[in-house]
Amino acid sequence: MSAEQCAVIGVGQTHHKKKRADVSIPGLLREAASRALDDAECTWADIDAVVIGKAPDAFEGIVQPELFLADALGGAGKPMLRVHTAGSVGGSTFIVGAHLIESRIHERVLAISWEKQSEGNAQWGLAGGRSRGIGAGGAFAPWIRAYIEKTGAPEYIGWQVAVKDRLNALKNPYAHLHLPDITIEQVKESAMLWDPLRFLESCPSSDGACAVVLTNEAGGRAASKPAAWVHATAVRSELGVFPGRDPVRPQAGVECAHDVYRQAGISVPRQEIDIAELYVPFSWYEPMWLEGHDIAGPGEGWKMVESGDTEISGSFPVNPSGGVLSSNPIGASGMLRFAEAALQVRGLAGEHQVDGARTALAQAYGGGAQYFAMGVLRSTPA
Amino acid sequence: MPATDIAVVGYAQTRSVRRARESEVQLLVPTVATALERAGLDRREVGFTCAGSCDYLTGGPFAFVSNLEAAGAWPPISESHVEMDGAWALYEAWVRLQHGDIDTALVFGSGKSSPSDPAEVWAQQLDPYYLAPLGVDPVSLAGLQARALIDAGKATERDFAEVVARSRRAAKDNANAQVSGDVDVDPLLQEPYVRAPLRRADLPPISDGAVAVVLARGDRARALSKRPAWIRGLDHRIEVHQPGMRDLTVSSSTTLAARKAGYDGGPLDVVELSATFSPQELILRDALGLGADAVVNPSGGPLAANPVMATGLVRIVEVAQRISEGGARRGLAHATGGQVLQHNLVCLMEGD
Repeated sequence: MSAEQCAVIGVGQTHHKKKRADVSIPGLLREAASRALDDAECTWADIDAVVIGKAPDAFEGIVQPELFLADALGGAGKPMLRVHTAGSVGGSTFIVGAHLIESRIHERVLAISWEKQSEGNAQWGLAGGRSRGIGAGGAFAPWIRAYIEKTGAPEYIGWQVAVKDRLNALKNPYAHLHLPDITIEQVKESAMLWDPLRFLESCPSSDGACAVVLTNEAGGRAASKPAAWVHATAVRSELGVFPGRDPVRPQAGVECAHDVYRQAGISVPRQEIDIAELYVPFSWYEPMWLEGHDIAGPGEGWKMVESGDTEISGSFPVNPSGGVLSSNPIGASGMLRFAEAALQVRGLAGEHQVDGARTALAQAYGGGAQYFAMGVLRSTPA
Repeated sequence: MPATDIAVVGYAQTRSVRRARESEVQLLVPTVATALERAGLDRREVGFTCAGSCDYLTGGPFAFVSNLEAAGAWPPISESHVEMDGAWALYEAWVRLQHGDIDTALVFGSGKSSPSDPAEVWAQQLDPYYLAPLGVDPVSLAGLQARALIDAGKATERDFAEVVARSRRAAKDNANAQVSGDVDVDPLLQEPYVRAPLRRADLPPISDGAVAVVLARGDRARALSKRPAWIRGLDHRIEVHQPGMRDLTVSSSTTLAARKAGYDGGPLDVVELSATFSPQELILRDALGLGADAVVNPSGGPLAANPVMATGLVRIVEVAQRISEGGARRGLAHATGGQVLQHNLVCLMEGD
């Protein structure tokens, strides 16, 4: 049996902010879901099943919050599945939703993910909630340092990514950070948080949600707006700590990428992919993933940044939405990569649209750079 | 129509205990290894892995990450995790197997209730704006459900005690059970209330435990097992959260899930229900249209062992085991999530 084609016909997201005090958690999710339903030109009654994802429950202090969110998300009488795969969860949630379509179990699925960081203490949560206390930046900084040592990348590469993503975010009305005056100098002068990561090279803490409406081939073809077609999805996980592990270029990330390239028939990713939305919570992860997913050769990722290839107008635009560096509602951040990739190939990305985007790569990662969720979306069905 | 040639071909579970000395991952490692061994499958051959657990039980975010070690995630594996009972991890794996490009999957569920106070943890599962601030705890909600059942004239306290006595008696044959023995109904009814009309014996024990299942499809299932337990139907449905908006004496989502899973009301040789409070068995029997002669919870059910996040998947294993060992041909397993039966899953299984 070959799988059914999955199409994205609706995309919705909230205005991400440090504190969305104007809405409750259900209100935040409704905002994203309603926008996705409107975009898909369908109603709550058209949805067969809901897949919901978020990062650890301890971030807001509610155990399995989807249980109470069932009411606000029209879940009653439907199957509702809660995914949790650390930072990659938004991507995994999208993929689980796609599986429900590809397996022909459902015809229309709402996949939604969220985080309302202002209602809890995510830094405490990211540090494991007990006494390890180093947070995400503290965990990643040594690996970033290792990348710099290994490739000889100049330190301004990180600053350059930080500026590029924030300038891109100015073209995205939903982005949390809008820093019109940001400069390399400013990033360079900002406080050192976790050497070599400075304050402006780090993602913000955001409240936000993202939702997509997924359907089958018939639904995708019948939609009045263009659909984004899911050509490949893959997940990979590996242990976080063991002797001989390469955390700078984790094998799970390499294999996950090769799996989606194979499914989508891509042999030269740098040429055949028009735009990539990669999970870059700290500036240096842009060149690290360009190499970690074999888009650039060893030591070549930072050169793509340096030459401007990853800018919106470059040959390989990365995070035209502003990326995680501009909005980080953790649980939703992975799904935002898939949603933004979908908007690009649908030609609906507005001001941050990449001209002629037909093939987009979406990627999310989590844990100690050990969970990966990736997808390839195109403007036409397979 | 989903594929009906996906089967349980291997399984293992720990004994449920009040306080395991091992960590959650230590409980899982031998359990997963045994399930794979019984299926005759090397871990490197597994096409997809999915786990179910709850961070909050351990008291630390990302608690599930260490459970990856039980799957032996090196080289990297295709893997996912649900913050739900392992029965829903099985659902996700079953969906993944529908694609046809892989033919085996590993599923596990685990939970240790001993490090925390379940009454505190599960109270935080309630609506944080309108319910949790009231201080209502899960046992009180179950008490309200039991009271509603009595007020509706659908059951008596004696009926609850009979469920308890039968469950504990059945658990005598279950080496994994935590609570078992011969108890009479009349003395049970003399016990004090914990939350009227519920007595201690109407509540599940607090357990630590883990369970693992190997799934395979088609010819691979036949090659791995002499008698695969075929999943003929699998569905789950949720209801509204606010208890005041539901009729707590019925389980409409269980009825709906059973219908969507293709259960036609025909005879079942074995039924395993996630009735964590004794009155819920009566509600679920009614929701599934089971007759008085139905064999329900021959393992003793959750009243005998309740390793939360594994309890539902254990029900699937108990039914699959009876099919694989030849004692049953057709069975139904049920899992639940949330309070007072908010979310329900039905798995219909058959032997050849």
